[in-house]
Amino acid sequence: MNPLQTLRIALRALLRNKLRSFLTALGIVIGVSAVIAMVAIGEGAKARVEAAFSSMGSNLLVLMSGSTRSGGAFGGFGSMPTLTWDDLDAIRSELPSVRAAAAVLQMSTPISSEDLNWTTTVVGTAPDYFIARNWQVESGQNLSESDVESGNKVVVLGRTVVQQLFGHSADPIGHVVRIKNVPFTVIGVMATKGQSPMGQDYDDTVLVPQSTFQSKIRGGLQKFISGSIFISAHSPEDATRAQRQIRELLRERHHLGPDQDDDFSLRSLSELASAQQEGTKTLTTLLASIAAVSLLVGGIGIMNIMLVSVTERTREIGLRMAIGAKPRNILEQFLVESLVLSLAGGLVGVSLGLGAAEYLAARFDWPLLIRPDIIFIAVGFSGAVGIVFGLYPARKASMLDPIEALRFE
Amino acid sequence: MSANSLIELTDVKKEYRMGDTTVRALAGVSLRIEAGEFVAVMGSSGSGKSTLMNLLGCLDRPTSGSYLLDGRDVSKLGRDVLAEIRNRTLGFVFQSFNLLTRTSALENVELPLLYAGVGAQERKRRAEAALTRVGLQSRMHHHPNQMSGGQQQRVAIARALVNSPVVILADEPTGNLDSRTSLEIMALFQELGESGMTIVLVTHEDDIASFATRRLVMRDGALLDDRRQTPEVAARLLQQLQVAS
Repeated sequence: MNPLQTLRIALRALLRNKLRSFLTALGIVIGVSAVIAMVAIGEGAKARVEAAFSSMGSNLLVLMSGSTRSGGAFGGFGSMPTLTWDDLDAIRSELPSVRAAAAVLQMSTPISSEDLNWTTTVVGTAPDYFIARNWQVESGQNLSESDVESGNKVVVLGRTVVQQLFGHSADPIGHVVRIKNVPFTVIGVMATKGQSPMGQDYDDTVLVPQSTFQSKIRGGLQKFISGSIFISAHSPEDATRAQRQIRELLRERHHLGPDQDDDFSLRSLSELASAQQEGTKTLTTLLASIAAVSLLVGGIGIMNIMLVSVTERTREIGLRMAIGAKPRNILEQFLVESLVLSLAGGLVGVSLGLGAAEYLAARFDWPLLIRPDIIFIAVGFSGAVGIVFGLYPARKASMLDPIEALRFE
Repeated sequence: MSANSLIELTDVKKEYRMGDTTVRALAGVSLRIEAGEFVAVMGSSGSGKSTLMNLLGCLDRPTSGSYLLDGRDVSKLGRDVLAEIRNRTLGFVFQSFNLLTRTSALENVELPLLYAGVGAQERKRRAEAALTRVGLQSRMHHHPNQMSGGQQQRVAIARALVNSPVVILADEPTGNLDSRTSLEIMALFQELGESGMTIVLVTHEDDIASFATRRLVMRDGALLDDRRQTPEVAARLLQQLQVAS
């Protein structure tokens, strides 16, 4: 008997009990759609975390000065300037794994346009900052090296600041804003960057050349950097390498002996990001295993119904055997039946799961991420459930004694 | 010993173990049936006639003794080979018809051909021919629940015939039918017998056995009586019945 005929017989048997077949397949439908939806949710959450971290900058390292110590009290990182402009130059020029490095001097201060004012974070930095933060101007231009060298009084505004000082639609480029009463010409507006993973508004900031910052906004030590340094590596692997190299370089430059602690702090954002991703991965695994359990329950449902079906159709099995069906034919017939049930359930489950994932993605503003491998795995798994749980009933049917089976009432 | 007996049982014994006790269903039966014979097997329940039928039908294997079917010793073959023999060499007709419900007459008749691996067109052609032979050419697409008992039994006979078997084994084929329909079915069996088909029929009704050319009576797992007879003609009785009514 060829497979197509076996399939036809199976379909006919299943359609004979439509409601029962539907309810049996429902277990698999729920299991598979749960797997698909849960994994999509997990992936969506993961992508959101990833997006949040990449908005901070790509392969970003943050370098801060060491801590002051007066008596037993430590001032915390950054409180004691240890990093020099020469350190920064050395990091930029000597380490090939470093793509960009820029000082970040910041201060919260009121700034004003002609008729409005707003208190925001003024950042003194250099062109590398835009590379390190993976952040571009939307209109106008970036700070340039020559702005930094000549200490030009120019400023690039974040979106939020533009709105507060000029209103929604205005084009501020060419206008003057005053920071600490010093007039700065607006040369650019940054693209919207959104929120940090902690909810801080990235766009509520203005950028000025670091030299201008030091001369006009907050005077400071000329040799030391009173702020932090943002460093970006070429790739995640480079970030790890850069972290090690920077540490070695700075320890050497600061003449630290082997028994002395670092007088600076160097952190990688990708470490934080990967910790977060571990979290979402655990969540995905958890959700997927719950879904897998429901698939298993669906499989038990199939086995149960197949056993009932074998009992009900004992006479039919006996007859088929009497007129020439081999045990193998009977085995195949019931196995195909349970396979059809579980695969049909699996396919319906996939479409339901996709629908649910789409709905949830729209509802919670997640990116809709469907992993095609999960679809194949889910359908494959439901097929496997059909075979595994169908095998026992099918074997039972195939091993019936035709005489007993024909006599069965 | 002639070499061309169709069925040749030699000292066939069948024992069943039921718990601690052994039940002897057949106590050494030797029997030959020639091609073209119409044999009625009679006996009360427990006489061993059902066991004999099961053995003849290759549904069961004897505990000891040999069974030659069409020259082949089938007493020690495996399940798969026995299934093939049932499919190609034997045709079964049951008391309760055993048709698949919600399946047309044509498809019911096609079933043995399906297991024989016959192609779709050939299946249909042969199933139609078999149904025509039992007089159901106009009911090929009816389902069993749309047919009378006699018609259902005709479908079952067509199914038994469709693979051109050597022997037809009928187990109380008229047990569920009224006397008139029984006559019709027996007329059909006689017609098949006249065309050279070998038929073995189990019954406990004397008048049904009277249509056979040979009558076996069993008791306690042994053959009590074996005699050839001139059969009644079912078709003639049927005609008389029609004239009378």
